[in-house]
Parts: sequence; C-alpha cells; structure tokens
Amino acid sequence: MMQMPPPDPSVLSRRQAITDALNAALPGAVIQDPAETRAYECDALSAYRCAPLAVVLPRSTDEVSRLLRLCHELRVPVVPRGAGTSLAGGSMPTADAVVIGLSRMTDVLEISAPDRQIRVQAGRTNLSVSGAVEGLGFFYAPDPSSQLACAIGGNIAMNSGGAHCLKYGVTTNNLLGVTLVLMDGSVVELGGPMGEGPGLDLLGVVCGSEGQLGIVTEATLRILPRPAGARPALIGFDKAETAGACVAAIIRAGIIPVAIEFMDSPCIKATEAFAHAGYPDCEALLIVEVEGTPPEIDEQLALIRDIAMRFDPVEFRESGSDDESRRIWLGRKSAFGAMGQMGDYICLDGTIPVTALPRVLAGIGDLSRQYGLAVANVFHAGDGNMHPLIIYDANAPGDLDRAEDLGADILRLCVEVGGCLTGEHGVGIEKRDLMSVQFDPADLEAQMRVKDAFDPHWLLNAAKVFPLDVSAPRRDRRLNRTPHAA
Amino acid sequence: MPPEIMRPETEGQLADLIRGAIAPLSITGGGTRPWPGEGGGTHLDMTALTGVTLYEPEALTLVVRAGTPLETVRQTLAAEGQMLAFEPVGRDGSTIGGVAATNASGPRRVQAGAARDAMIGVRFVDGQGEVIRNGGRVMKNVTGYDLVKLMAGSRGRLGALTEISFRTAPLPPVTLTLALPDLDAAAAIPALSSALGGPYDVSGAAWLPGQGALIRLEGLAASVTSRAADLTDRLQAHGAVTEGNPQAWLLLCPNTQDPQADIWRITCRPSEAPAVLSHLPEPLSLDWGGALIHVRLPADQIPDLPHFSGHARRIRGAAPALHPAADPLTARLERDLRAQFDPRGLFGGDA
Ligand SMILES: Cc1cc2nc3c(=O)[nH]c(=O)nc-3n(C[C@H](O)[C@H](O)[C@H](O)COP(=O)(O)OP(=O)(O)OC[C@H]3O[C@@H](n4cnc5c(N)ncnc54)[C@H](O)[C@@H]3O)c2cc1C
Ligand SMILES: Cc1cc2nc3c(=O)[nH]c(=O)nc-3n(C[C@H](O)[C@H](O)[C@H](O)COP(=O)(O)OP(=O)(O)OC[C@H]3O[C@@H](n4cnc5c(N)ncnc54)[C@H](O)[C@@H]3O)c2cc1C
Repeated sequence: MMQMPPPDPSVLSRRQAITDALNAALPGAVIQDPAETRAYECDALSAYRCAPLAVVLPRSTDEVSRLLRLCHELRVPVVPRGAGTSLAGGSMPTADAVVIGLSRMTDVLEISAPDRQIRVQAGRTNLSVSGAVEGLGFFYAPDPSSQLACAIGGNIAMNSGGAHCLKYGVTTNNLLGVTLVLMDGSVVELGGPMGEGPGLDLLGVVCGSEGQLGIVTEATLRILPRPAGARPALIGFDKAETAGACVAAIIRAGIIPVAIEFMDSPCIKATEAFAHAGYPDCEALLIVEVEGTPPEIDEQLALIRDIAMRFDPVEFRESGSDDESRRIWLGRKSAFGAMGQMGDYICLDGTIPVTALPRVLAGIGDLSRQYGLAVANVFHAGDGNMHPLIIYDANAPGDLDRAEDLGADILRLCVEVGGCLTGEHGVGIEKRDLMSVQFDPADLEAQMRVKDAFDPHWLLNAAKVFPLDVSAPRRDRRLNRTPHAA
Repeated sequence: MPPEIMRPETEGQLADLIRGAIAPLSITGGGTRPWPGEGGGTHLDMTALTGVTLYEPEALTLVVRAGTPLETVRQTLAAEGQMLAFEPVGRDGSTIGGVAATNASGPRRVQAGAARDAMIGVRFVDGQGEVIRNGGRVMKNVTGYDLVKLMAGSRGRLGALTEISFRTAPLPPVTLTLALPDLDAAAAIPALSSALGGPYDVSGAAWLPGQGALIRLEGLAASVTSRAADLTDRLQAHGAVTEGNPQAWLLLCPNTQDPQADIWRITCRPSEAPAVLSHLPEPLSLDWGGALIHVRLPADQIPDLPHFSGHARRIRGAAPALHPAADPLTARLERDLRAQFDPRGLFGGDA
C-alpha cells in the first residue's frame, strides 16, 4: 500500500480562511462542496483517493498566476490537474492541497501551417489538438491511448507517449514552448522556435516533471503533415522469443515502422474472447504498421514479409484494405477492455532494452506463477516499453497488496536488465518508493535540486515522484516556516 | 600565456579534480567550438575519457564516453549501417561530449530532432565533484526528471559530461537532393515551408548562396522516387526545380576562419525569417526550413532586428552578445539552477 504524508495541520486549521481567500480571488471558480469535489479525489489509479481542501478551475494564465501567488503567500500545497487520467496517482490530491484544474482552459490560441505549430491552452484534450489541424492536413503526433480524455498539460507533465512514438517520439520531442506559472505566481515563457530558448533547456526539464515545477497554462506544439496512408501487418509466432528476434531483425535491416506492438498468448486469448478480431491462436503476435504512399507501403511491407519469413511465422497477414487494417488493430485496441473483463488489473509500464525481451518475458512468467496471479503482456516492442497487466480481485482481501508486490518485482527486473521503472505513465505515487531501486542517492538529490530552484518551498505536488523518506527533509522545511496571516 | 590544462583519465579522477578545484574551470572537448567569452580559467580537457561502452545496433542504442572523437562514433555506427540521426556537425577533433554539450544538430533536425532528442542517458560530474546519472539506455523513459535534456546544450555550465547514451538510426539507403537554384534567401522560405508542410518526409530544408533552396529526401528507392516526383510538382509554383548537389548539406556550417568578421546565429519562426532577413546582409546559410540563419556581420556590430520570437547570438567574435537578452525570470531560474549544481561557481564562462 502506498502511504501519503499526514496533512499539514496548520493548513487544515485555516481551511475556512483559505477557501474565503480563494473565493475572493476568483469568484465562481472554487469548488468546495464535498459532493462536488468527489470527482477530484483520484485519477485513473483509482485504488487511491483523498478529498482535497478545495478545487479551483481558472480560465486564464492570469487567473492561475493569481491563484498560485495566493497559495504561495498562504503556504498552501497545490496539486495541478488536467483530465485526471494519470495511471500513477500523479493528480491525486492530499487533504491539505488545493487542486488547480485546467478543464476550463481549452482554447486554440494560434495555428500556423508555415511554421508547423499550434498554440493551445493546456487544458485542451490531446485528440482535439489533432482535430483542430486536421483540415489543414496536419496532426499532433503523440497519441496516448487516453487521447480522447487526457489534456495537453497532463501530457507535458508526464511526457506521455503513444503507439506511434517509435517514429515520431514522445511529448518532449514534439513540444516547442510553454507558458509556465511558477509557484510564486510569476509567469515565464520557455522554449522558442525549434523548441530552443536562449540558454539552458528549461523546457526539456519541465516536460516530464509531473506538475512539480510549475503549472503549464499554454503550450506550443509541433504539428506534422498527415502521411498519405498507413497499413499494418499481423505476424503470429509459436514462441515469444521468436517474435522478439523478428523485431530485432526488422530494426537491424534499417526499417523503422511507425509502430511495432506485441501481444502474448494470455492477452491474445482474452482479446479474442472479448473482441473476436480473428487473431491466430499462438504464443505471440506482432502488429507492425508502416506509413506513406501506396508504393512506399508496399515496398516496406515486402521487406518486412521477407524478414518475418525467416522466422517461420505461424501466420503473416498483410492488410490490403482499410477494413482489414481496422480488424488487425481491433484486438490490440480492445486489449485493456478485455483485461477488464477478466478482473481488476494493474497496468505496469517498465521499459527494457529490446535485447532483454526473452529473459524478461521468462522472468515475468516465473514471478506470475510464484505469486499465483495471472499476467498478460501487451506492449510497444520497438522501443521496449512493456505493459504487463496483473490481474487480481479487488474484493479479495490482500489481493491488491500481492498484485502490487508482484508489480514491484517485475519493475525491479526491468531495472536489473538495464531498463527503467516507467516508460510513459510517470512515477506519481505508484512508483515513488521504488525510485531508489533505479537511482543512487546522488541521482535523486540532483533531481530534487531542480525542484529547489523552481519551487523552493516544495508546495507543488510535493508528495510525488521522490521516495517520501528522501524528500522528507525538504517537505518538512516548509512546515517550519510561519505562514503569513490569511 | 597558454591556459593551464588538466586531463583526467577516469571519471573518478575527474571528480577528484573538480572537488579539489579552487579556481574557475573551462570544460573542453576538441576545443573546436568555443563561443566568445568561453575558455577562461584552467582547461578541464575531456579527451582522455574515450571509448564505446555499449553498442547494440538491433536496439538502436549507443553508449559512449564523452571525450570520444565524433569521427570515431561516426565510423563505429557506419560499420553497422547506422548513424546519429541528428547529423552532428563537427570538424577534426570535435568530441561527442562537445556535440552533446552544444546540442549540435544538423539539417536532419527538421525530421529526426536535435541532439537532445537522440540523447537518452547521461553521466556527469557536477560542481561539487558528485557523479550523477540520469536517463539510461532505453529510448522510452520518464522515470524522474529529465536531466538529460537539461545537460544537452548546457555548454559545460552545470557539470562535465562523462558518458552519453544515444538512440541511433539506420543510414538511409537512398538520398536525393532537389534544388530551386533561382531563389534568394527570402524567396526560399515559402518553398521550404511548402515542402515541409506536405507528406514528403523531408529530411533537410535549407538555402545556400549560389545554390538556392535545397530539399532532401531519404529512404527506400521507390519511395524516394515517388516522393520526389510529387514534391517537384508541388514546388514548380515557386521556381524551376532541378536535382541539387548532394554535398551541399555538408556546407551548412559556416566556415569561420575570417578573423575580420563576426558570425551570428539566429533562430526564428520560418514565417518571421523574411522580415529578419530584410534587416541583414545576404546570409551564409539558412537551415531547418528557415528557422536557423547564419550571417556574417562586421566585427562588433549588433544587428538591428525587428521583433521576432527567437534570438540572435554572436557565435564568433570578440565579445559575447545575445539579442534580445534573456528575460529576468528565465535568467533567475538559470542562475538558481547553476547555483544548485555548481555552488562554488567553478564553471564560469558566460556567453
Ligand atoms: C485508459 C488509459 C490509457 C492510457 N494510455 C496511455 C498511453 O498510451 N501513453 C501514455 O503515456 N499514457 C497513457 N495513459 C496515462 C495518462 O493518460 C497520461 O499520463 C496523461 O498524459 C495524463 O493526462 P491528464 O490530463 O489526464 O493528467 P492528470 O492525470 O490530470 O495529471 C497527470 C500529472 O500531470 C500534472 N499536471 C496536469 N496538468 C498539468 C499542468 N497544466 N501543468 C503542470 N502539471 C500538470 C498533474 O499534477 C499530475 O502529476 C493512459 C491512461 C488511461 C486511463
Ligand atoms: C562550422 C561549424 C559551425 C558550428 N556551429 C554551431 C552552432 O552554431 N551551434 C552549435 O551549438 N554548434 C555548432 N557547431 C557544432 C559543435 O559545436 C562542434 O562541432 C562540436 O560539437 C564541438 O565539439 P568539441 O569537442 O570541439 O567541443 P568544444 O569546442 O571543446 O566545447 C564546446 C562547448 O561544449 C562544452 N563541452 C565540451 N565537452 C564537454 C563535456 N564533456 N561536458 C560538458 N561540457 C562540454 C564546452 O565547455 C564548450 O562550452 C558547429 C560546428 C562547425 C564545424
């Protein structure tokens, strides 16, 4: 079970004064009725929840600045929130925190086709950014599966990825600039043309900082011309290792598909039962997608077929039409829904060097048997970002704890083979206390020094990312400061 | 008087030297690209920290020590049919650490990103002599803050890079350069934007005096041929399209030998480039679709530019100059960060 630090009594005792001050600062934007703040008690890591002190929904950079200045003066902790789809508990509040939600900040501010960029308010959803430039023949590349709901500000905070990042990169590779409001209310513009500012790459460190350095209110994003077309191939294998070897061979041959997705047999069986996509009954399958004009696609798929045939696949199915493409993707896209039918699940997110795939799959199998919990694997094979899904029963006493322990062991294995704890979901509270597995004290200290520079009082989302015992001296320092009178 | 030089041979020695230092240090690689104002104090020469630590072509992963010559890296990768996609520009002696510390990125940045985008892990020694690791050897990694990006382009101001992990890329089998030789720099911008704005997967969009607008396509043979045909149709509206000189891409780094002149590096939005160019003499080159301008100006002159969203910096000349100056808040954040990583102010050289 993840612990949270006890709320600051000096904040709780000033609850009324604080909400009065928020209401005076931004009338109509404050939610404090417990029935209404309920929706903000958790994110998609819904096993953990906590009611915040209050929720405020500003409409502009200026309003965010006024709110943060006020919270800073009152020494009240703040938790930034986009759409609340974090799988790591990143946007879960604490009882002494004000949640600042950006759901009312969804405007498109500028679109420039010649500069291939769009500027939006950070509460705008990922999918509707692509929607805004579709008519011009462009799209925004990072496409997390949650793209219908998740907000650009959340994507930036988590440096989110998507199915197509093998070719297009993740959020940080597609971000050109942000307006950032610091905890003291000051507003700074980071980035610039090509994402470059005049000095240190502050934009690069803000991206992925999980809402701990400031609140992003506006973002300039790189948009790309929509490719002429895309088509997948589905390849089935009788051994997981063979599928892994095939991925390595494709990349070794100099082909970088836009996506290479991997599903193992528990996952294939579950999705077949759920979505009836017509997948072969085999140990492992790959979905490999390539892009371009029809001749380009044909050329790439022909090469991929040649390579795949060397590995004696049980099936090679090349899509010849939009309908066939849809069917090939159907199972992969319903994988998480299918798992939901099997029980409650924890979705892990470790990354491994792709060369370690056979060893890690075998290791996960051993751990799964040891803990007596089923694990299904579906993941981005080209970049080694695994999503083992641990199936458990939330109503069975002790099952969640066991599932979390199994998850921690799998993530330790990922680190052991040279990988990392999280490839795209972020640390949040979920992986916070495992950070010391991956990092030495000096490595964590260096990261915390960055927060010291941006948020010296550790008021922003402070109970996340760093193991609680490691961040305690800094968080406690804040408690010893006398707040200004409200 | 030549500067004093210290040349550590291991990361441990480097850490000891920094811990024991009492006067300012300039971290140097090949010393091929210092900016005005850099290079004071004792030189901390990184060129003895060499060698490839790990190279897995099938995982697109290279881990290399910072003092390794860029040329060695290029040859190591080429032997396996791979490259650094960001096309680092270098000259004899440039080190991979210098490339990382300057975020040195070539024409392919428009398609494949900059050095920072290919950097997936670092080891460095900070101003207290502490060894710090960040990122790792996998390309998808959001575990903790991204200090890799912070170190990329930090020009030795936060610490000395000792090892860097890169994502590598396959060498393209076929390359084709198209040229619109009749276009001057300002007229090239809309043509380059048009090429970059269509589904042609352009991997270079530049301009050079005497060569005009240059556009590069790379990939499998049939694909390059079909994209070139479509793109040629689209570009006819801007001027005659011919096959360009494939060597032109190597000339985009301005030659900087002329001691009488300064060289300025300007970044702007491509749509702002024509207005910026109208205040300048003919540039040495444009790259990144017009987002990067190199121009030669008389020594000590500050260009008089209209308002634009990027910045202009003197990269060759006597005195450091940046226009517009960094805003006070950004400057404060940089100062505070530097104080965190280098509390004794050892890594001086301010540009
Ligand atoms: C079904 C499902 C599928 C998913 N698939 C993917 C996937 O494919 N790839 C992937 O990467 N992720 C995925 N996720 C995870 C999640 O969607 C991403 O982390 C997303 O970026 C979170 O965005 P959000 O707006 O919901 O942020 P929230 O959950 O509201 O917040 C996430 C973090 O960002 C901070 N934050 C939010 N807004 C701001 C802001 N404006 N300024 C500063 N900090 C801010 C919060 O404090 C918090 O730490 C998935 C989640 C679900 C539920
Ligand atoms: C003609 C030409 C033009 C160029 N134009 C540009 C340009 O406009 N912008 C640009 O950024 N690059 C540019 N480059 C590319 C690049 O700066 C250099 O080619 C090369 O990367 C420098 O390598 P070096 O080892 O000689 O670095 P050096 O010249 O030794 O050092 C360059 C900078 O990096 C720092 N540094 C070096 N090694 C380390 C290390 N291990 N750890 C920490 N800091 C270190 C130094 O302190 C210094 O600030 C250009 C190159 C050429 C040939």
